Amino acid sequence: MSLDVEYAFDEFFRDETFVDDFTYRNSPAAIRRFPFPFDRDDYMYSVNMEPHVPGRKGSVFEKTFDVDEHYVSEMRDRARILAKDPLRCQSLPHMTLAGWDLLELIMESKAREYPQWFSLTKNGDRWRWINRPLGIDHSFTFLDETTLPCGPMEYITRQTQGDFTLQDEREGTLWVDAGMVTTQADWSLDFDIGMNFHEWHAPVPLAHEKGIFDRALKFLLKLQHGAPVRRFNWTMTVNPLLDTAPETYPEWGYMRTTLNQENMGHMMHLRVELQALFRLPRSNAIAFSIRAYLGKFEELVTVPKWGRRLHRVVRDIHPDLAAYKGFLRNRDAMAEWLSSYDDGAPTSPGWWPED
Amino acid sequence: MTKTEFPPSIRSRPVYGELEPRAGIFHLIVADGEGADAVIALFAKAADAASMLAKSHILYTAGPNGTDEWDRIAALGAAQAQKAASVPTLLFRLARVLQDVQMGTQIYLTGTEGLMGQAERDIMALGFPHSDIQKEHRGSTVRRVQCVHCKGVTENVRTDPFQCSHCGLHLFVRDHYSRRLAAFQGVNIDAEDRGQVPPPVERFR
Ligand code: HEM
Repeated sequence: MSLDVEYAFDEFFRDETFVDDFTYRNSPAAIRRFPFPFDRDDYMYSVNMEPHVPGRKGSVFEKTFDVDEHYVSEMRDRARILAKDPLRCQSLPHMTLAGWDLLELIMESKAREYPQWFSLTKNGDRWRWINRPLGIDHSFTFLDETTLPCGPMEYITRQTQGDFTLQDEREGTLWVDAGMVTTQADWSLDFDIGMNFHEWHAPVPLAHEKGIFDRALKFLLKLQHGAPVRRFNWTMTVNPLLDTAPETYPEWGYMRTTLNQENMGHMMHLRVELQALFRLPRSNAIAFSIRAYLGKFEELVTVPKWGRRLHRVVRDIHPDLAAYKGFLRNRDAMAEWLSSYDDGAPTSPGWWPED
Repeated sequence: MTKTEFPPSIRSRPVYGELEPRAGIFHLIVADGEGADAVIALFAKAADAASMLAKSHILYTAGPNGTDEWDRIAALGAAQAQKAASVPTLLFRLARVLQDVQMGTQIYLTGTEGLMGQAERDIMALGFPHSDIQKEHRGSTVRRVQCVHCKGVTENVRTDPFQCSHCGLHLFVRDHYSRRLAAFQGVNIDAEDRGQVPPPVERFR
């Protein structure tokens, strides 16, 4: 596929890497707006969903699809991964219409919310899309695949941070029948594509028994167009690897064995997924966006409340969750490092830094 | 000789029942190894075995453990019955047979997971409703496993961990199962502690 891009790095869009020399980091402003996912001092799975409505100004909840300082570098990383492994982006034949729905949703949202970077002009079905940070100025015919360099889902998700999956609704459940997955926490689209809601969630511990997936699915089947919802998920990642795929686990797994008290602060990252779910208008499919934010431990503890709370969550987490999330072997070392940022003072409810 | 009991597992892992004769315009039966016993039991349960046999097509191959009960299948006297030399050749025949099979046909799969999974994959790709497909496990519990790293499939996996027959990595065998691939997932066991491969345990026979 040939999507010609010209990466426009500037004072805002950082030129950084998520592999090899790992130059990724957050600016002080990005740390302040980091989506810290813990609203209390402990954590267990729950059906944590709320309306995806504009949140606080400057926060990651302000826009439909948050664009931040890592945008251009993340898109370059995605192109790198897709060149090595095209199976990271797949769409079963019946999902093309849902791909167009997603393209429309993203283009309209970005053009409306970030006019300085994106613009969409429509002349009937002739659309002109401008993406300034990636140097794209492209006219095409909406719903005509021959006018795009690749499928509509691939086209737009090569230009949008976060992974995306598209779920078809049939037989009272959802089927993950398409996706762009290059920033995942250790699950394989190529293996899971075509599975239903309970099947692809099969490996998750404890949550099935708690009825969480039954309730979440029931809720999702009622999702209405124009009323998206969002939730958080999180895990831990050694080094700022956006792409912790099972496919490449032999390349990155050993990094988990290299942690110590000296390197913990810059090597260990809290990985937060801001997930949003949208009912799509033409296909009736559900789009799922999974936007990963990486925060170094040393960055997060600059917010005293987060340092205290992260220590308590890591220290007290259920071992099955720590094992599933892949940090059981490092849990004690992580808690030890974090303990020097926890003076035992009470923390205020909610995840905002200053409250 | 009874159907296999599997321990409780995760939600993506297939579960199997017991074949029951159902009314249908035609009966397509796919079996390997000890699946022959389930086929014989199926006809024994039929109210009118002779008329069911007259509308039946049986595709059979030996099991991965060598069990070959073709003679008993042949002796049933179905309208059509063929023995294939291997699972892949059985699947070629199945593809041809499926071209002529009409909706309203009942489909019965029995034997090992690898055979049933691949046959089901091919049948469902043609749009047959899975409510018209029955499955009963018999015989060997060896697994068909896809290496999540190189994507190569290793047939008849007996041990956990095992060595990928394509890329050579040592893989542990998950219960996570893809119907699209008709395979369990294999994941590198020494990705973190390189070179530390625990001795293989025979989990599947
Ligand atoms: C409909 C779109 C969704 C998709 C495509 C999706 C996909 C996934 C996948 C692929 C995993 C990893 C499973 C593995 O280990 O292989 C996962 C984990 C999980 N999902 Fe979902 N999910 C969706 C919606 C939801 C919703 C609505 C909930 C609400 C409760 C939820 C809760 C979870 C939980 C709790 C985990 C475990 C995460 C962890 O501990 O790191 N998911 N999901």
